[in-house]
Amino acid sequence: MTTFSSAPPRQAHPTARAAVEADQGRPIHRQNVGELERWISGAAGAALVLHGLRQRSLASLALAAVGGGLIQRGATGHCQLYHRLGVSTADARRPALKHGDVHRGILIKRSVTVSRPIEEVFAFWRHLENLPRFMLHLQSVSSTGPDRSHWVVRGPMGSTIEWDAEIINEKPNELIAWRSVEGSEVDHAGTVRFSRAPGDRGTEVHVELNYEPPGGQFGRAIAWLFGEEPRIQMEDDLSRFKQVMETGEIASVDGQPRGH
Amino acid sequence: MKALCWLGKNRLAVEDVPDPKIINPRDAVLKITRTAICGSDLHLLDGFIPQMERGDILGHEFMGEVMEVGPEVKNLKPGDRVVVPFTISCGNCFFCNKQLWSLCDNSNPDARTCETMYGYTGAGLFGYSHIYGGYAGGQAQYARVPFADVGPLKVPESLKDEQVLFLSDILPTAYMAAENCNIERGDTVAVFGCGPVGLLAIVSAYALGAERVIAIDRIPERLRMAQSRAKADVLNYEQVDLMEAIKEMTGGRGPDSCIDAVGLEAHGTTLDAWYDLARTTLMMETDRSHALRRAIQVCRKGGTVSIPGVYGGLLDKFPMGLAFAKGLTLRMGQTHMQRYMKPLLERIEKGEIDPTFIITHRLPLDAAPEAYKTFRDKQDDCVKVVLDPWAS
Repeated sequence: MTTFSSAPPRQAHPTARAAVEADQGRPIHRQNVGELERWISGAAGAALVLHGLRQRSLASLALAAVGGGLIQRGATGHCQLYHRLGVSTADARRPALKHGDVHRGILIKRSVTVSRPIEEVFAFWRHLENLPRFMLHLQSVSSTGPDRSHWVVRGPMGSTIEWDAEIINEKPNELIAWRSVEGSEVDHAGTVRFSRAPGDRGTEVHVELNYEPPGGQFGRAIAWLFGEEPRIQMEDDLSRFKQVMETGEIASVDGQPRGH
Repeated sequence: MKALCWLGKNRLAVEDVPDPKIINPRDAVLKITRTAICGSDLHLLDGFIPQMERGDILGHEFMGEVMEVGPEVKNLKPGDRVVVPFTISCGNCFFCNKQLWSLCDNSNPDARTCETMYGYTGAGLFGYSHIYGGYAGGQAQYARVPFADVGPLKVPESLKDEQVLFLSDILPTAYMAAENCNIERGDTVAVFGCGPVGLLAIVSAYALGAERVIAIDRIPERLRMAQSRAKADVLNYEQVDLMEAIKEMTGGRGPDSCIDAVGLEAHGTTLDAWYDLARTTLMMETDRSHALRRAIQVCRKGGTVSIPGVYGGLLDKFPMGLAFAKGLTLRMGQTHMQRYMKPLLERIEKGEIDPTFIITHRLPLDAAPEAYKTFRDKQDDCVKVVLDPWAS
């Protein structure tokens, strides 16, 4: 049983803490927003301003004002909210996540039961090239060695993000754990556990992802606005995984006729 | 092709749209020979079902000729004449394997909405909002049928379209409703609502051994049909005190089971019905459950209330205490179509069931927008509309 005292402390990134400490008593206009995030912030701000000004309602004007704030944030590299929270994403290099590390990144846990034998379910997942079939934001995964793979992901607003990952633990028909290699653009670690569902009801697949979204918490909020919230994405990915395993195809209405 | 499209609440139009094509390996494309308007389609017309989008093609009761099949469909070939169940089922998941076809895990491509609302998703449905997948429906000249190796049932040439068309929804729905009543010898069944499903539920209850069926409605033509064609005893709830009348007819016991073939847009004359009307009009309530309340009220102790009528949201003033005190069994849900289609086709072939008696209107597809309103407003003694997509 977990108690409060035994739970690992939830703490800010060491370098972020250092940045906050160094901030004490200094002018507030210090850069605390990372480069990629600045770019995303600026672009999202511009989109909101354009969208907000096009419709002439009170709510749209408010949206345009928020957009203005984002542009300023992107241009100056300083975020008031991050400052208050003592957070910074401006550090160029971040260490890769260690397995089991509770970071200030995002932890996603989702599971699904698939009515197929465990060997089949494990084998399909372990062949990492299969992942883009049901993880729609993945453009490609290619094996570059026995434990190494190269991942290309569709990011928000048409960008792509790439990294290399390595499998750090593998037990056939039981578990696959991986993490992004040191110095990757995305800090990312994950585990998939496979277990037999009771009464021959197939295979339970439990996924745990721990990652720092590109563009920080802010990027996550923006992605959420555009329907790419990672928890939801994972849930949708898993139901597509189930569909592929059970039915051999993914249910779709793309390309069907409709009226005007 | 021509297709009936939903443009907004109370706004339908027949439009020219592109022909459907095969999207997935287990798809088929059908040329539709007959299609019907379902009572549940009226909930779409009236804007009771959320997540409709402008341009959605309606219709979930249809049959026709197979034009094309995907590479994984081995049991059908072009030229086969089939009737299509309104639910889309994969045939592979836990629920399909348990014959709970309408709870299929894998056929709703837009499961997100349903999961947000209900915490899970059921099977995808043709032409029934994006909650159920946003599949284009069958009130059109052609339709794409996903998982065509699991759904469509081949029908013999000896039977006319109209004899088998209702295997697509209302006959299995009515039959499952009656089966859910666990009818025993000597049983009396009360059927609330004498629309198409109610009328066929009367027929099904007799087919399953009911001694007597009491049918309840307020539309004289429907009550006449229930009496003369389906052999029910009838009650017009606008003219009698329903509780008193049913007690009197059943020697004070109450019916052994009740079927709510009305659903979420119930009408009534008692206080609770006006309360529902006011609350739904003010958007403070989603469903008007007057018929269900009545069914729970009149059903005998230890009886069964079977609910084929559709509900979508939250019910107000649901008499749970009464249901509990009487130890009622409530059974409900979308029809598990594949369980019933083949056995019912055999009954139709043997002449045991002829569902065509409910058809009052035969019209071309072009007349569909008007026909929806005629059906909804119960004008012109309308009970069931069958559409021919190719007639002009």
